[in-house]
Amino acid sequence: MSTGANNENIVPEPVTTSAQEPTPSQVVTALQREHNEWIGEVVTAHGEVTVTVPREHIADLCHALKSGAGAQFNFLADLCGVDRGVEEEPRFEVNYHLFSTTRHHRLRLKVLVNENDAHVPTVTGVWRTANWHERETFDLLGIIFDGHPDLRRILLPDDWQGHALRKDFPLRGYEPYSLK
Amino acid sequence: MGLENIIAEALPEVLTTRLDSLINWARKSSLWPATFGLACCAIEMMNATSSRNDLARFGSEVFRASPRQADVMIVSGRVSRKMAPVLRRIYDQMPEPKWVISMGACATSGGVFDNYAIVQGVDKIVPVDVYIPGCPPRPEMLIHAVMMLQDKVMKESSRDRRDVPEAEARTAIGPGTLPVTDGSTVRQQSTESRPYSIASRHERRRSS
Repeated sequence: MSTGANNENIVPEPVTTSAQEPTPSQVVTALQREHNEWIGEVVTAHGEVTVTVPREHIADLCHALKSGAGAQFNFLADLCGVDRGVEEEPRFEVNYHLFSTTRHHRLRLKVLVNENDAHVPTVTGVWRTANWHERETFDLLGIIFDGHPDLRRILLPDDWQGHALRKDFPLRGYEPYSLK
Repeated sequence: MGLENIIAEALPEVLTTRLDSLINWARKSSLWPATFGLACCAIEMMNATSSRNDLARFGSEVFRASPRQADVMIVSGRVSRKMAPVLRRIYDQMPEPKWVISMGACATSGGVFDNYAIVQGVDKIVPVDVYIPGCPPRPEMLIHAVMMLQDKVMKESSRDRRDVPEAEARTAIGPGTLPVTDGSTVRQQSTESRPYSIASRHERRRSS
Protein backbone atom coordinates (compact mmCIF):
# COMPACT_ATOMS: atom_id res chain seq x y z
CA MET A 1 0.00 0.00 0.00
CA SER A 2 1.43 3.33 -1.02
CA THR A 3 -1.39 5.43 0.40
CA GLY A 4 -2.62 5.96 3.94
CA ALA A 5 -0.77 6.50 7.18
CA ASN A 6 2.63 5.05 7.74
CA ASN A 7 2.20 2.81 10.73
CA GLU A 8 5.70 1.45 10.90
CA ASN A 9 6.79 3.75 13.71
CA ILE A 10 3.97 2.90 16.10
CA VAL A 11 5.37 0.99 19.03
CA PRO A 12 3.13 -1.85 20.19
CA GLU A 13 1.80 -1.66 23.73
CA PRO A 14 4.32 -3.10 26.16
CA VAL A 15 3.44 -6.46 27.63
CA THR A 16 3.14 -5.83 31.35
CA THR A 17 3.24 -9.49 32.29
CA SER A 18 6.79 -9.85 31.06
CA ALA A 19 9.04 -11.60 33.54
CA GLN A 20 11.83 -9.02 33.61
CA GLU A 21 9.49 -6.03 34.15
CA PRO A 22 8.26 -5.71 37.73
CA THR A 23 4.63 -4.94 38.56
CA PRO A 24 3.86 -1.94 40.81
CA SER A 25 3.58 -4.13 43.89
CA GLN A 26 6.95 -5.67 43.11
CA VAL A 27 8.41 -2.20 42.71
CA VAL A 28 7.05 -1.23 46.10
CA THR A 29 8.37 -4.42 47.70
CA ALA A 30 11.81 -3.80 46.27
CA LEU A 31 11.81 -0.24 47.56
CA GLN A 32 10.63 -1.45 50.95
CA ARG A 33 13.60 -3.79 51.12
CA GLU A 34 15.93 -0.93 50.31
CA HIS A 35 14.33 1.94 52.31
CA ASN A 36 11.94 0.48 54.82
CA GLU A 37 11.18 3.87 56.36
CA TRP A 38 9.82 5.23 53.06
CA ILE A 39 6.91 2.81 52.84
CA GLY A 40 4.05 2.72 55.29
CA GLU A 41 0.91 0.70 54.73
CA VAL A 42 0.48 -1.03 51.37
CA VAL A 43 -3.05 -1.83 50.19
CA THR A 44 -3.83 -3.79 47.05
CA ALA A 45 -7.47 -3.67 46.00
CA HIS A 46 -9.21 -4.03 42.63
CA GLY A 47 -5.83 -4.44 40.97
CA GLU A 48 -4.63 -1.07 42.28
CA VAL A 49 -1.76 -0.54 44.65
CA THR A 50 -2.00 2.22 47.24
CA VAL A 51 0.95 3.11 49.43
CA THR A 52 0.79 5.31 52.52
CA VAL A 53 3.98 7.33 52.76
CA PRO A 54 5.41 9.30 55.68
CA ARG A 55 5.39 12.87 54.47
CA GLU A 56 9.08 13.57 55.06
CA HIS A 57 10.00 10.85 52.56
CA ILE A 58 7.48 11.64 49.82
CA ALA A 59 9.89 13.61 47.64
CA ASP A 60 12.63 10.98 47.91
CA LEU A 61 10.20 8.19 47.16
CA CYS A 62 8.76 10.01 44.15
CA HIS A 63 12.24 10.63 42.82
CA ALA A 64 13.07 6.94 43.16
CA LEU A 65 9.80 5.92 41.55
CA LYS A 66 10.35 8.23 38.61
CA SER A 67 13.98 7.57 37.84
CA GLY A 68 14.35 4.06 39.22
CA ALA A 69 15.07 1.46 36.59
CA GLY A 70 12.21 -0.84 37.55
CA ALA A 71 9.45 1.70 38.12
CA GLN A 72 9.74 4.46 35.51
CA PHE A 73 6.70 6.37 36.78
CA ASN A 74 7.44 9.28 34.49
CA PHE A 75 3.94 10.78 34.56
CA LEU A 76 2.12 12.35 37.50
CA ALA A 77 -1.46 11.75 36.40
CA ASP A 78 -3.02 13.61 39.31
CA LEU A 79 -2.25 15.19 42.62
CA CYS A 80 -5.18 16.07 44.82
CA GLY A 81 -6.11 16.67 48.41
CA VAL A 82 -8.88 15.14 50.49
CA ASP A 83 -10.63 16.50 53.55
CA ARG A 84 -11.71 13.39 55.42
CA GLY A 85 -13.85 15.34 57.87
CA VAL A 86 -13.47 17.92 60.60
CA GLU A 87 -13.32 15.37 63.40
CA GLU A 88 -11.01 12.94 61.60
CA GLU A 89 -7.42 12.66 62.73
CA PRO A 90 -5.39 13.09 60.64
CA ARG A 91 -7.82 15.28 58.79
CA PHE A 92 -6.24 15.70 55.36
CA GLU A 93 -4.62 13.43 52.88
CA VAL A 94 -2.76 14.17 49.66
CA ASN A 95 -3.02 11.61 46.89
CA TYR A 96 -0.48 11.14 44.13
CA HIS A 97 -1.62 9.16 41.10
CA LEU A 98 1.40 7.90 39.20
CA PHE A 99 1.49 6.43 35.73
CA SER A 100 4.25 5.00 33.60
CA THR A 101 3.96 5.72 29.90
CA THR A 102 6.55 3.07 29.09
CA ARG A 103 5.32 0.28 31.35
CA HIS A 104 1.63 1.21 31.38
CA HIS A 105 1.19 0.62 35.07
CA ARG A 106 -0.16 2.78 37.84
CA LEU A 107 0.53 3.47 41.50
CA ARG A 108 -1.19 5.59 44.13
CA LEU A 109 0.67 7.29 46.96
CA LYS A 110 -1.05 8.73 49.99
CA VAL A 111 0.29 11.20 52.54
CA LEU A 112 -1.71 11.87 55.71
CA VAL A 113 -1.54 15.37 57.18
CA ASN A 114 -2.79 16.84 60.44
CA GLU A 115 -4.85 20.00 60.39
CA ASN A 116 -2.64 21.95 62.77
CA ASP A 117 0.49 21.05 60.81
CA ALA A 118 -0.70 20.89 57.20
CA HIS A 119 2.69 20.88 55.53
CA VAL A 120 3.87 18.50 52.80
CA PRO A 121 7.18 18.63 50.90
CA THR A 122 6.72 19.61 47.28
CA VAL A 123 7.31 17.19 44.41
CA THR A 124 7.71 19.92 41.80
CA GLY A 125 11.36 18.96 41.63
CA VAL A 126 10.34 15.51 40.41
CA TRP A 127 7.46 16.28 38.08
CA ARG A 128 7.07 19.87 36.93
CA THR A 129 3.34 19.33 36.42
CA ALA A 130 2.96 19.10 40.19
CA ASN A 131 3.30 22.88 40.32
CA TRP A 132 -0.31 23.71 39.42
CA HIS A 133 -1.72 20.64 41.12
CA GLU A 134 -0.13 21.63 44.39
CA ARG A 135 -1.35 25.20 43.97
CA GLU A 136 -4.88 23.88 43.52
CA THR A 137 -4.61 21.70 46.61
CA PHE A 138 -3.29 24.65 48.57
CA ASP A 139 -6.02 26.91 47.23
CA LEU A 140 -8.96 24.66 48.00
CA LEU A 141 -7.79 22.82 51.11
CA GLY A 142 -5.08 24.96 52.64
CA ILE A 143 -2.36 22.32 52.57
CA ILE A 144 1.02 24.04 52.35
CA PHE A 145 3.64 22.50 50.11
CA ASP A 146 7.08 23.30 51.49
CA GLY A 147 9.62 24.26 48.86
CA HIS A 148 7.03 25.05 46.20
CA PRO A 149 8.42 27.75 43.88
CA ASP A 150 5.16 29.72 43.51
CA LEU A 151 2.51 28.74 46.04
CA ARG A 152 -0.32 31.13 45.14
CA ARG A 153 -4.05 30.66 44.72
CA ILE A 154 -4.92 29.34 41.31
CA LEU A 155 -8.73 28.94 41.11
CA LEU A 156 -10.27 31.24 43.70
CA PRO A 157 -9.80 35.02 43.65
CA ASP A 158 -6.58 36.30 45.18
CA ASP A 159 -8.38 38.08 48.03
CA TRP A 160 -10.36 35.00 49.04
CA GLN A 161 -10.72 34.20 52.72
CA GLY A 162 -10.57 30.54 53.68
CA HIS A 163 -10.32 27.37 51.66
CA ALA A 164 -13.44 26.41 49.80
CA LEU A 165 -13.24 22.61 49.69
CA ARG A 166 -12.81 22.17 53.43
CA LYS A 167 -15.77 20.38 54.92
CA ASP A 168 -16.45 23.19 57.39
CA PHE A 169 -16.58 25.87 54.68
CA PRO A 170 -20.21 26.95 54.16
CA LEU A 171 -21.57 26.15 50.72
CA ARG A 172 -22.78 29.69 50.13
CA GLY A 173 -19.63 31.29 51.49
CA TYR A 174 -19.44 33.55 54.48
CA GLU A 175 -21.18 36.59 53.01
CA PRO A 176 -23.04 37.34 49.77
CA TYR A 177 -20.88 38.97 47.14
CA SER A 178 -21.67 42.45 45.99
CA LEU A 179 -19.76 45.45 44.68
CA LYS A 180 -22.18 47.75 46.46
CA MET B 1 -38.71 56.56 -7.30
CA GLY B 2 -37.28 55.53 -3.99
CA LEU B 3 -38.76 55.48 -0.54
CA GLU B 4 -37.30 58.85 0.36
CA ASN B 5 -39.20 60.49 -2.49
CA ILE B 6 -42.49 59.04 -1.27
CA ILE B 7 -41.79 60.32 2.22
CA ALA B 8 -40.72 63.70 0.92
CA GLU B 9 -43.96 64.10 -0.96
CA ALA B 10 -46.11 62.99 1.94
CA LEU B 11 -44.48 65.12 4.62
CA PRO B 12 -43.81 68.82 4.96
CA GLU B 13 -40.28 70.09 4.54
CA VAL B 14 -39.81 70.98 8.20
CA LEU B 15 -40.82 68.72 11.04
CA THR B 16 -40.81 69.60 14.73
CA THR B 17 -40.10 67.04 17.42
CA ARG B 18 -38.49 66.73 20.82
CA LEU B 19 -34.73 66.39 20.73
CA ASP B 20 -34.95 63.42 23.05
CA SER B 21 -37.21 61.62 20.64
CA LEU B 22 -34.73 62.06 17.82
CA ILE B 23 -31.72 61.05 19.93
CA ASN B 24 -33.47 58.09 21.46
CA TRP B 25 -34.71 56.95 18.09
CA ALA B 26 -31.16 57.03 16.80
CA ARG B 27 -29.87 55.22 19.86
CA LYS B 28 -32.43 52.46 19.89
CA SER B 29 -32.00 51.78 16.20
CA SER B 30 -28.40 50.68 16.57
CA LEU B 31 -27.85 49.02 19.93
CA TRP B 32 -24.43 47.44 19.51
CA PRO B 33 -23.73 44.69 22.04
CA ALA B 34 -20.30 43.95 23.43
CA THR B 35 -18.82 40.62 22.40
CA PHE B 36 -19.06 39.12 25.82
CA GLY B 37 -20.18 35.57 26.51
CA LEU B 38 -19.90 33.82 29.84
CA ALA B 39 -21.53 30.41 29.54
CA CYS B 40 -24.08 28.36 27.64
CA CYS B 41 -26.42 31.37 27.23
CA ALA B 42 -23.73 32.80 24.97
CA ILE B 43 -24.44 30.00 22.50
CA GLU B 44 -28.05 31.15 22.29
CA MET B 45 -26.85 34.73 22.02
CA MET B 46 -24.71 33.78 19.03
CA ASN B 47 -27.65 31.93 17.55
CA ALA B 48 -29.78 35.06 17.88
CA THR B 49 -27.52 36.73 15.35
CA SER B 50 -27.66 33.81 12.95
CA SER B 51 -29.64 33.79 9.75
CA ARG B 52 -32.55 31.89 11.28
CA ASN B 53 -33.27 34.45 14.01
CA ASP B 54 -31.43 37.47 12.62
CA LEU B 55 -31.09 40.00 15.41
CA ALA B 56 -29.93 42.41 12.68
CA ARG B 57 -33.58 43.12 11.89
CA PHE B 58 -33.64 45.18 15.09
CA GLY B 59 -30.34 46.93 14.62
CA SER B 60 -28.47 45.02 17.26
CA GLU B 61 -26.28 42.59 15.36
CA VAL B 62 -22.91 44.34 15.41
CA PHE B 63 -21.15 42.65 18.30
CA ARG B 64 -18.14 44.84 19.03
CA ALA B 65 -14.93 43.34 20.28
CA SER B 66 -14.09 46.54 22.16
CA PRO B 67 -16.30 47.77 24.99
CA ARG B 68 -15.45 51.31 23.88
CA GLN B 69 -17.65 50.78 20.83
CA ALA B 70 -20.49 48.93 22.53
CA ASP B 71 -23.85 50.15 23.82
CA VAL B 72 -25.29 47.03 25.39
CA MET B 73 -23.68 44.41 27.56
CA ILE B 74 -25.51 41.12 27.34
CA VAL B 75 -24.49 39.17 30.44
CA SER B 76 -25.00 35.70 29.04
CA GLY B 77 -24.34 33.14 31.72
CA ARG B 78 -23.34 32.70 35.33
CA VAL B 79 -20.92 35.26 36.75
CA SER B 80 -18.29 33.76 38.96
CA ARG B 81 -16.83 35.83 41.76
CA LYS B 82 -13.53 35.84 40.01
CA MET B 83 -15.19 37.17 36.85
CA ALA B 84 -17.19 39.85 38.69
CA PRO B 85 -14.45 42.53 38.81
CA VAL B 86 -13.62 41.84 35.17
CA LEU B 87 -17.26 42.25 34.21
CA ARG B 88 -17.48 45.50 36.13
CA ARG B 89 -14.36 46.76 34.42
CA ILE B 90 -15.77 46.01 30.99
CA TYR B 91 -18.93 47.84 32.01
CA ASP B 92 -16.90 50.82 33.21
CA GLN B 93 -15.02 50.89 29.93
CA MET B 94 -18.21 51.21 27.92
CA PRO B 95 -19.02 54.86 27.20
CA GLU B 96 -22.43 56.31 27.90
CA PRO B 97 -25.11 55.64 26.90
CA LYS B 98 -24.93 52.01 27.94
CA TRP B 99 -27.41 49.37 28.94
CA VAL B 100 -27.24 45.89 30.41
CA ILE B 101 -29.33 42.83 29.60
CA SER B 102 -29.18 40.02 32.15
CA MET B 103 -29.67 36.91 30.07
CA GLY B 104 -30.84 33.71 31.68
CA ALA B 105 -31.53 32.43 35.17
CA CYS B 106 -27.90 32.39 36.29
CA ALA B 107 -27.07 35.97 35.39
CA THR B 108 -30.36 37.11 36.90
CA SER B 109 -30.30 35.26 40.21
CA GLY B 110 -27.46 32.76 40.29
CA GLY B 111 -29.80 30.07 38.99
CA VAL B 112 -28.97 26.58 40.16
CA PHE B 113 -25.54 27.70 41.30
CA ASP B 114 -26.46 28.72 44.83
CA ASN B 115 -22.90 28.51 46.11
CA TYR B 116 -19.86 30.50 47.12
CA ALA B 117 -18.33 30.65 43.64
CA ILE B 118 -21.17 32.32 41.72
CA VAL B 119 -22.49 35.86 42.12
CA GLN B 120 -26.19 35.61 42.99
CA GLY B 121 -27.40 37.94 40.27
CA VAL B 122 -25.37 40.27 38.10
CA ASP B 123 -27.39 43.24 39.40
CA LYS B 124 -25.06 43.14 42.40
CA ILE B 125 -22.26 44.17 40.04
CA VAL B 126 -23.82 46.39 37.36
CA PRO B 127 -27.25 48.02 36.94
CA VAL B 128 -29.50 45.83 34.82
CA ASP B 129 -32.14 47.16 32.43
CA VAL B 130 -33.82 43.99 31.19
CA TYR B 131 -33.91 40.56 32.76
CA ILE B 132 -34.55 37.44 30.69
CA PRO B 133 -35.68 34.22 32.36
CA GLY B 134 -34.87 30.81 30.97
CA CYS B 135 -32.14 28.23 31.09
CA PRO B 136 -31.04 29.10 28.52
CA PRO B 137 -33.51 31.58 27.00
CA ARG B 138 -34.40 30.98 23.39
CA PRO B 139 -33.04 33.45 20.83
CA GLU B 140 -36.56 34.81 20.43
CA MET B 141 -36.52 35.77 24.10
CA LEU B 142 -33.26 37.65 23.65
CA ILE B 143 -34.73 39.46 20.65
CA HIS B 144 -37.76 40.31 22.75
CA ALA B 145 -35.48 41.66 25.44
CA VAL B 146 -33.72 43.85 22.89
CA MET B 147 -37.09 45.16 21.75
CA MET B 148 -38.08 45.85 25.36
CA LEU B 149 -34.83 47.70 25.81
CA GLN B 150 -35.62 49.74 22.72
CA ASP B 151 -38.93 50.70 24.27
CA LYS B 152 -37.10 51.73 27.40
CA VAL B 153 -34.55 53.77 25.46
CA MET B 154 -37.38 55.69 23.82
CA LYS B 155 -38.61 56.82 27.25
CA GLU B 156 -35.27 58.16 28.43
CA SER B 157 -34.03 61.70 28.54
CA SER B 158 -30.57 62.41 27.20
CA ARG B 159 -29.94 64.62 30.24
CA ASP B 160 -29.90 61.50 32.39
CA ARG B 161 -26.89 60.13 30.64
CA ARG B 162 -23.45 61.62 30.92
CA ASP B 163 -20.00 60.26 30.40
CA VAL B 164 -17.89 59.99 33.51
CA PRO B 165 -14.28 58.93 33.93
CA GLU B 166 -13.81 55.31 34.82
CA ALA B 167 -12.21 56.07 38.17
CA GLU B 168 -15.12 58.25 39.15
CA ALA B 169 -17.59 55.64 38.03
CA ARG B 170 -16.03 53.19 40.45
CA THR B 171 -16.55 55.50 43.41
CA ALA B 172 -20.18 56.12 42.57
CA ILE B 173 -22.86 55.11 45.04
CA GLY B 174 -23.11 51.75 43.41
CA PRO B 175 -24.84 49.70 40.79
CA GLY B 176 -28.39 50.79 40.29
CA THR B 177 -27.53 54.47 40.23
CA LEU B 178 -25.76 56.32 37.49
CA PRO B 179 -22.63 58.14 38.58
CA VAL B 180 -22.63 61.89 37.94
CA THR B 181 -19.77 64.26 37.30
CA ASP B 182 -19.98 66.26 40.51
CA GLY B 183 -19.42 64.06 43.52
CA SER B 184 -21.33 66.31 45.88
CA THR B 185 -24.60 65.79 44.10
CA VAL B 186 -24.40 62.04 43.86
CA ARG B 187 -26.95 61.41 46.56
CA GLN B 188 -29.33 64.06 45.39
CA GLN B 189 -29.15 62.95 41.79
CA SER B 190 -29.63 59.33 42.64
CA THR B 191 -32.84 59.96 44.58
CA GLU B 192 -34.40 62.52 42.29
CA SER B 193 -33.74 61.49 38.73
CA ARG B 194 -32.72 57.92 38.38
CA PRO B 195 -32.65 56.86 34.76
CA TYR B 196 -33.06 53.28 35.83
CA SER B 197 -36.33 53.97 37.57
CA ILE B 198 -38.09 54.31 34.25
CA ALA B 199 -40.55 51.49 34.28
CA SER B 200 -40.40 49.26 31.26
CA ARG B 201 -43.54 47.92 29.65
CA HIS B 202 -42.91 44.68 31.45
CA GLU B 203 -42.64 46.32 34.85
CA ARG B 204 -45.74 48.44 34.36
CA ARG B 205 -47.78 45.40 33.47
CA ARG B 206 -46.62 43.62 36.59
CA SER B 207 -47.46 46.48 38.93
CA SER B 208 -50.93 47.11 37.58
